[in-house]
Amino acid sequence: MTCIPVKTDRKLGLAIDLDTCVGCHACVTSCKEWNTGAHSAPLTDLLPYDADPDGVFFNRVHTYEQDTPDGGRTVNFPRSCLHCEQPACVTVCPTGASYKRTSDGIVLVDQDKCIGCKLCSWACPYGAREFDVDVGVMKKCTLCVDRIYNENLPEEDRVPACVAACPTGARHFGDFGDPDSAISKLSAERGGVELMPELGYKPVNRYLPPRERKNHPVNTAAKPLEAVKAEGGFLGWVDRILSGKD
Amino acid sequence: MRPAFSVIFFTTASGAGYGLLFWLGLAALAGILPGGFWFGFVTMALAVGLISAGLLSSTAHLGRPERAWRAFSQWRSSWLSREGVASVLTYLPIAAFGVGWVFLGRTGGWVVAAGALMALGAVVTVCMTAMIYASLKPVREWHNPTTLPGYLLFAAMTGAVLLNGVLHLFGHGSQPMVLLALGTTILGWIMKRTIWRYNATHRDGPTLGDATGLGNAGKVRSSQWPHTEQNYLLKEMGYKIARKHSARLRIIAQALAFAAPIALLAVALIAPGWLSVVGCVLAALVQLAGMLVERWLFFAEATHTVTLYYGYADKEAAA
Ligand code: SF4
Ligand code: SF4
Repeated sequence: MTCIPVKTDRKLGLAIDLDTCVGCHACVTSCKEWNTGAHSAPLTDLLPYDADPDGVFFNRVHTYEQDTPDGGRTVNFPRSCLHCEQPACVTVCPTGASYKRTSDGIVLVDQDKCIGCKLCSWACPYGAREFDVDVGVMKKCTLCVDRIYNENLPEEDRVPACVAACPTGARHFGDFGDPDSAISKLSAERGGVELMPELGYKPVNRYLPPRERKNHPVNTAAKPLEAVKAEGGFLGWVDRILSGKD
Repeated sequence: MRPAFSVIFFTTASGAGYGLLFWLGLAALAGILPGGFWFGFVTMALAVGLISAGLLSSTAHLGRPERAWRAFSQWRSSWLSREGVASVLTYLPIAAFGVGWVFLGRTGGWVVAAGALMALGAVVTVCMTAMIYASLKPVREWHNPTTLPGYLLFAAMTGAVLLNGVLHLFGHGSQPMVLLALGTTILGWIMKRTIWRYNATHRDGPTLGDATGLGNAGKVRSSQWPHTEQNYLLKEMGYKIARKHSARLRIIAQALAFAAPIALLAVALIAPGWLSVVGCVLAALVQLAGMLVERWLFFAEATHTVTLYYGYADKEAAA
């Protein structure tokens, strides 16, 4: 059933540190590499060497510029499934292919049941679901469900591929359901943000906002030129009339 | 949102078909259903043809159409599944009504009961279709109180105009029926303009600042996409049409779906005999063409929150 579990035992998810993310896309390539052979394999690429390549990714890194009171800054922003507590992507699914696991809250697509109606991708506000045109089914982040419980991997590797790959340690994985877990504490300490909470999806993942810059660099910009004096006399009057300032 | 032809055709055709069945059911209840094999046969064939072609076309946009049967299973949570169940269940009274009315020539007794159930099924199915769109929170133009009444009224309107055309074709034309077609079309026009005005004035929704959670610290601009070419998200949810294009299409939609049918039906009201038949039939055809354009705009003008991440400004995404 695509009804959402009332309560999940755990709430596994990611905390993504926007302060340290350098936008290198290592998580993107690592995710693609693991998942194209994993639970939702393959992550098809169409015309990869052509003029307009297309393909399925679970994780996409945007880059934004922001004007802050401290000056402009660049923020790199990885975007992937937030494993919401109220995922409408699951409830809209007519086939039961989409589901949220009671044990850990991970949202998955059963590749054998999906009819490729695409409705779940319309229902996800965050753009976390991508349709595989070649296979005809929907694909999305699995939180590397086949790594995190995988006893064939050394213990330190039992984290999502994106987390393992991040060179700056900007991605953290853990249980948000446990207030004492490292990830819950980290998120609390850094003021982890929920994306678009007003939509009511209750995303589990948190984004740790960039830290405030304390040490301002020396301002080396030239001083502004002196203001030009307003023209007086007849010409000034004409100018004021023409520019509609009375 | 990308206007997929299969879905545009499906919602328009099945809307008209269910609208037609709704009025037939009401006519049976009111005891004013005309007899006659050929009239019944053609009307039912038209209605069943429209809804079946629509349903078939809606499976054409599936990635795995051979698994379509699975879509009946999740009616407890999914409007799409409920629509599937409702449409299949409605075939039962449709079949009973069709057999009784067309083949047994009955217009009373259990045929009336079947007609009533058929009308009910038609309304319920159209509601389910509308709710698929109305329930999608990421699409502001759909997730609002106008979507459900819009779908219901447009189905009733196209159904009435269609029924009026067929009635005239078979010499059963009457002034009250023309007035019904005329009235629903006028209401439809008002509805469409109300919906457009509603969407033009209710433009508040999440911004890029909300989408990224960065908003409190200052204005956010997209400076680089994650990818250089269009991906699934942009092709499906980031569909853009030029504002100029959209304005022209709105005029075409209004001319074909409302203005022309109103003029033709008005002529039919006063013109005698064959001219009135031509007017009524033309009105039905022109309106269906207009509704296809209207449905195209319903998708093309709808904006999805995922486009925020790509820096589509609210205004631009609507353009
Ligand atoms: S981010 Fe989107 S796909 Fe993931 S659970 Fe939430 S609504 Fe569903
Ligand atoms: S595309 Fe697949 S997973 Fe998504 S709603 Fe349709 S059937 Fe469910």
